[in-house]
Amino acid sequence: MTGGPRLLVIACGAIAREVLAVIRLNGWTNVTLRCLPGKLHNTPQWIAGRVDEKLREAAAEGRWERVFVAYGDCGTGGALDRVVAAHGVQRLPGDHCYAFFAGVDDWLEMHEAEPGTFYLTDFLCRHFDTFVVQGLRLDEHPELLPAYFGNYVRLVYLAQTETPALARKARDAAAYLGLSLEVRHTGYGDLRPALEREAATVGGDRG
Amino acid sequence: MPEDQEEIVLSELPDEELVKQMHDDLYDGLADEIVEGTTILLDRGWDASDVLNKALVEGMRIVGIDFRDGILFVPEVLLAANAMKAGMAILRPLLAQTGVPRVGKVVIGTVKGDIHDIGKNLVAMMLEGAGFEVVDLGINNPVERYLAALDEHQPDILGMSALLTTTMPYMKVVIDELVAKGIRDDYIVLVGGAPLNEEFGKAIGADAYCRDAAVAAETAQALVLSRRTAAAGGNG
Repeated sequence: MTGGPRLLVIACGAIAREVLAVIRLNGWTNVTLRCLPGKLHNTPQWIAGRVDEKLREAAAEGRWERVFVAYGDCGTGGALDRVVAAHGVQRLPGDHCYAFFAGVDDWLEMHEAEPGTFYLTDFLCRHFDTFVVQGLRLDEHPELLPAYFGNYVRLVYLAQTETPALARKARDAAAYLGLSLEVRHTGYGDLRPALEREAATVGGDRG
Repeated sequence: MPEDQEEIVLSELPDEELVKQMHDDLYDGLADEIVEGTTILLDRGWDASDVLNKALVEGMRIVGIDFRDGILFVPEVLLAANAMKAGMAILRPLLAQTGVPRVGKVVIGTVKGDIHDIGKNLVAMMLEGAGFEVVDLGINNPVERYLAALDEHQPDILGMSALLTTTMPYMKVVIDELVAKGIRDDYIVLVGGAPLNEEFGKAIGADAYCRDAAVAAETAQALVLSRRTAAAGGNG
């Protein structure tokens, strides 16, 4: 078999655009993306089990030369690491998308400098109302805002793209949460080299 | 109005049904109804401690089970906690007046580098509900602050919380410092937080990992009782 997809990327829906962008930038035709719903971001206790299901499906198909999990730990407390280890596959570096977009070391430094930081990515800016306002039921119960965000002091928007509409959304989000705003252009951070390393190990047309 | 939407008048319910209704109202995060139910039970001559245990703590225990099982999520638990707090605000001064001895004292706080306190606050509330005096150190606590609080308050229990995998190792820093100072065995150390598990609790030398607020309260009660029984046996 030549030319067909050889690398399967199982990704969080919240980074689907970015994974597709890296695939396009590299002109890969041997990489296939499958996503789990981005809304699992709000229920991390379900992530490991859902990824495990996807990995089992992929193994049963028997047509992938390599499978990669495009998730950080994402609040699973090591459960996702146990799943990927059991399947003999790798995942993205870091605890979550903020870390691998910012770069794991840079993120740790940023977080140590101010633990009370709330992070947004392009995806979370775009879907702030759905994931944060409605996801935390703040639309119905604004009185919960201090319980969720009372200890935060700043919002850092880790921007994958320079999109004015998203920058405006970040500004609105910071105002809504009562936080100061800092914008950092990260691009795709550690996501791109991680995917490039995986794609380099498989056959087929890598563009 | 359809029959299934008929308005429930709390004051017309007999005690047992009212308590069950309060469990439902707590589950639904209805603070006003919890205040009303609490007041009605007190007016009927209930002890404040019975209202607390049978109506509020039991209601939160049910909420905790459904949170653990993925039926309820953080927003619903927060709403339920707000409802319980509203009831406790009425009961707290009454409980203080009764002079019932506290079960024990707890110093609790989120570790250094971590500002998450939703879980820690729930644990503090459930511990208070279980009869503990709770000294809440808040968030982002360095080891020095824990040590100062232990020295000042002489609690039975030290509770530490963390939400981040990057901050949970700090619990071991605190426990190691207790060991270095020779005071580790003076306290029961309980740890909790979303990324922790029992294995981690054992590895860092905690007495117990508590997976949720209700378990934390039960564990705290059991370990304090066990320690006191052992001390009494030693003295006898």
